[in-house]
Amino acid sequence: MIPHDTLGYLPETPSQTAGPYVHIGLIPRQAGFDIFDNTLGEALVGPDTQGTRIRIEGRIFDGTGALVRDALVEIWQADAHGRFNHPADRQTGPRDETFRGWGRTGTDFETGLWSFETIKPGRTAGRSGHSRMAPHITLWLVARGINLGLLTRLYFADEAAANAEDPVLRLVEQPARRSTLIAAHALHEGHPVYTFDIRLQGEGETVFFDA
Amino acid sequence: MTAESEFVARDPAAHPPALTPIYKTSVFRAPHRPLLSLQNSLSEVTGPVFGQHELGPLDADLVRNYARDGGAPVGERIIVHGRVLDGGARPLPGVLVEFWQANAAGRYRHRNDNFDAPIDPNFGGCGRCLTDAEGRYAFRTVKPGPYPYRNRINDWRPAHIHFSVFGSGFAQRLITQMYFEGDPLLRHDSILQTVPDPAARERLVALLDLHASVPLHTLAYRWDIVLRGSRSTLFENRLQGN
Repeated sequence: MIPHDTLGYLPETPSQTAGPYVHIGLIPRQAGFDIFDNTLGEALVGPDTQGTRIRIEGRIFDGTGALVRDALVEIWQADAHGRFNHPADRQTGPRDETFRGWGRTGTDFETGLWSFETIKPGRTAGRSGHSRMAPHITLWLVARGINLGLLTRLYFADEAAANAEDPVLRLVEQPARRSTLIAAHALHEGHPVYTFDIRLQGEGETVFFDA
Repeated sequence: MTAESEFVARDPAAHPPALTPIYKTSVFRAPHRPLLSLQNSLSEVTGPVFGQHELGPLDADLVRNYARDGGAPVGERIIVHGRVLDGGARPLPGVLVEFWQANAAGRYRHRNDNFDAPIDPNFGGCGRCLTDAEGRYAFRTVKPGPYPYRNRINDWRPAHIHFSVFGSGFAQRLITQMYFEGDPLLRHDSILQTVPDPAARERLVALLDLHASVPLHTLAYRWDIVLRGSRSTLFENRLQGN
């Protein structure tokens, strides 16, 4: 039985750590076996996906500077037009029906690296009365030792003008902390790669959101 | 972007704090800075939508989804079922629920698990389903065994099943663990004790449900899951979402 308060609202189910074996349920191939015909969240882009192909990648560090090698990382993003593939997005304009915008992977057990092949998202509407959001990708990560999944955002270093007016980046008071949300840009054999390292604790700690 | 689709604020008191030294791994993985409070925008109120066509016919039957050549996993067969609701007590249909667990001996099918209990050749230990129109989920499995883990030298995890749940928006995303009524290890578990409120810990415990059991075959447990509520606002003379 779930208790409710005097107005009839139910309390949220408490979170628990995903543990060291989160891969079994969500990315079983990394756990070492094949079971599902369709592994959810593996492929973000297909041949018809609109927009600029990019790779985003990074590593996760704990408070001692050690690599977190057992994390699960999910991303959620808008399509190249800035539309989310969800009925609550009531923006008008073009939309890429082939793009779900959700991906899931694990950090590599040896290198600690996570990565996604995706497309650069367009700018999305802000809250009413706010300026538009700069292109961004929402990241969510869980791992052994993380009691409640951590939410953050990846912004793009080559979008300085849009970043400067982004209402979320502007919420971060200390400019040095803003930089923890900006992924560095590089070209690898002509293919854009954005590097986004996450620091869970201590110096250079990534800004995480209570959203 | 209109206000009616926002989620109510998450109550931190319902969740474990990030830094919980009784669970030692949290000590260097807990952010020290306070989370930045963010009003919901489209990035948070939207999220991936899943369809039945993405799942396989045996995905919710862990007794059969990894069994070979007519074999079956060792252990006590159980049904686990319940509803996924939001904070407004509204059932959430079409929600992806994924689950994973150890086998009956307490061993995970995972390349990093070196506990010396046997691997069950007929048990994968994972499954998934979508909630129905009334927000119900159900799956069949074997009851997981307890197992020791390296935290304090004699720490044992109670029998538990891990759950991953999507809501309609990414801000509802939740991973948690379900425990079993009457397990004597519950009060000794460092991970369950990361939840400070005893009443909140109780909400992670599934109750034996004889009504849903299959006579002469399978016991059942019931466990309901509550995700963050969305705001009810007056919209064209009725409460949005109600």
